[in-house]
Amino acid sequence: MPSSRTLTRDSLITESELAGFAAMSARRLFLLGGIALILTGMIFGDIFAVFTLHQNAAQVGANLAAAANAALAGNRHVVLANFQNVGAFLENRGTKVDTHVHMIDFGYLALLLAILQPWVAFAETLKKKFAWVFLAGAWLLPIGVYLIHYVGLAHSPVKTIGWASIAADFGGLLVLVATFGCLVGLWMHFGGKRIRPTDKLLGDRSTEGRMLFAGGLALVLLGFFHGAYYAGAHLYKHEAQDYSLLAQMSAGAAAGARPVVNDALTSYGQLQGAKAVNIAAHAHSVEFGLLAIMLAFFQPYVKLRTTWKRRWAAVLLLGSLLLPVCVLLEIKYGLIAGGMADFSGLLIIFALLAMWIGILRYTGELDASMANTPNSGDSQ
Amino acid sequence: MSGSRRLLIIGGIALAVWGMGYGLWYAVFAEHQALDSIGASLAGSFAAAADRNPIVMETSLEQYREAKYVYDRQVDVHGHWIGLAMLLIVLGIGFERVNFPERFRQFLAQGLLVGAVVFPLGVLLQTFSHGPLPRAIAIAGSGFVIVSLLGSAVGVVARGSSPSAAD
Repeated sequence: MPSSRTLTRDSLITESELAGFAAMSARRLFLLGGIALILTGMIFGDIFAVFTLHQNAAQVGANLAAAANAALAGNRHVVLANFQNVGAFLENRGTKVDTHVHMIDFGYLALLLAILQPWVAFAETLKKKFAWVFLAGAWLLPIGVYLIHYVGLAHSPVKTIGWASIAADFGGLLVLVATFGCLVGLWMHFGGKRIRPTDKLLGDRSTEGRMLFAGGLALVLLGFFHGAYYAGAHLYKHEAQDYSLLAQMSAGAAAGARPVVNDALTSYGQLQGAKAVNIAAHAHSVEFGLLAIMLAFFQPYVKLRTTWKRRWAAVLLLGSLLLPVCVLLEIKYGLIAGGMADFSGLLIIFALLAMWIGILRYTGELDASMANTPNSGDSQ
Repeated sequence: MSGSRRLLIIGGIALAVWGMGYGLWYAVFAEHQALDSIGASLAGSFAAAADRNPIVMETSLEQYREAKYVYDRQVDVHGHWIGLAMLLIVLGIGFERVNFPERFRQFLAQGLLVGAVVFPLGVLLQTFSHGPLPRAIAIAGSGFVIVSLLGSAVGVVARGSSPSAAD
């Protein structure tokens, strides 16, 4: 049955589009909320990388050096105190990394659920509830994790975990419940004899969509190749070096050989840097590839001129390629490559923001056409 | 929905649930103990160095090495199972863009699914045995994923008419 059309300022919008992406619909909530989560997570990651990451790594290194020097001097109490400091700095760093990673990963999951919404065999009202529950949890968990380092065990009813951890765990539970609900809906769809939903979004073959899909696949492949190369050529070597350098440090300290300890400390710092950049390059390449593939599906919702849609797709892919490459080059070129990596991160953030604004413009147009349609309120 | 898409989407969801379940079990029952063991053994070895006690120092360092080796792999397994599951689902949604006959797409989908299950499994097996077999399993699994993904990428770039993906 041909769907009726509503005339707007510069395009025609079908009723099926209105129904699939209506105001406050589950798909719209997941999509806009998901991109907002990814954007916030990436901006937080950039700020963390510039203002905290390197300073934190320096503190960890300094405390490890102090522990080694204390061992050299035969002072076990100072050794243990310094290792406690290392633990505290690592916890601080770990919670920041977890905040960044969880926000982005929940954003990815939200985009995935947005794509899958037509197959979730529940009424729209229930799907909307799942979306709200998911978004509430997806914000609560990273904020709770971020606060763990600052809140600690203050006023906590439990001896081992604080309020921030409890809030984070509750956020995780909300995400689990909402995701599980969507999975049940999917199961019902695949298990039952339901009418196959039509979704024009997945049939889109625009140039920008194809650019993002093919570019995303290439990025994932590059990430896999790099991961395989790192695992084959360096992983076991790095693990052996990690052990031998620590052994060198402690044996040197026990023997009172300061130059041996200092050499081992320097090499250990360089080794940690090499491991970190290789893992980060692998992970970022795969993650940005996945992001590009998912964004490819939503290009019909990006209400921008075609040339600008292609430009932003190219900017996103360029940033996604440059960032892992520059991260890898940090070992050789230091701060210059680090700055380039941060700039690449900004390119991705700008491209994502532009697409988000484009989707917001599209929703505005849909809502305006909805308002101009007689009895439009019934469809919600 | 074609068989290849169904295999990737349902297989991906099952793998994601499995990976999350594994992560939950690990976080509740094993992770804190592993981190405590890593921290305590490393601090213990340096404290033993301060006491000029080489035997305790070496024993502690050995404990650190083993605990770290297992911990790194456990975390990798969790991350890779979920990451690969997401890749399977996303690829499954857009698999009609791979311009190959359905039979070959089914072959690629099977390769991706097998690799996504076997690669982290091989890494997990390394925590039980340091021998060559677990490594060979992990390498074979990653090979399946890379070759199948490469095939899919070629299919996306290849010219051809693919059926509608709207369903």
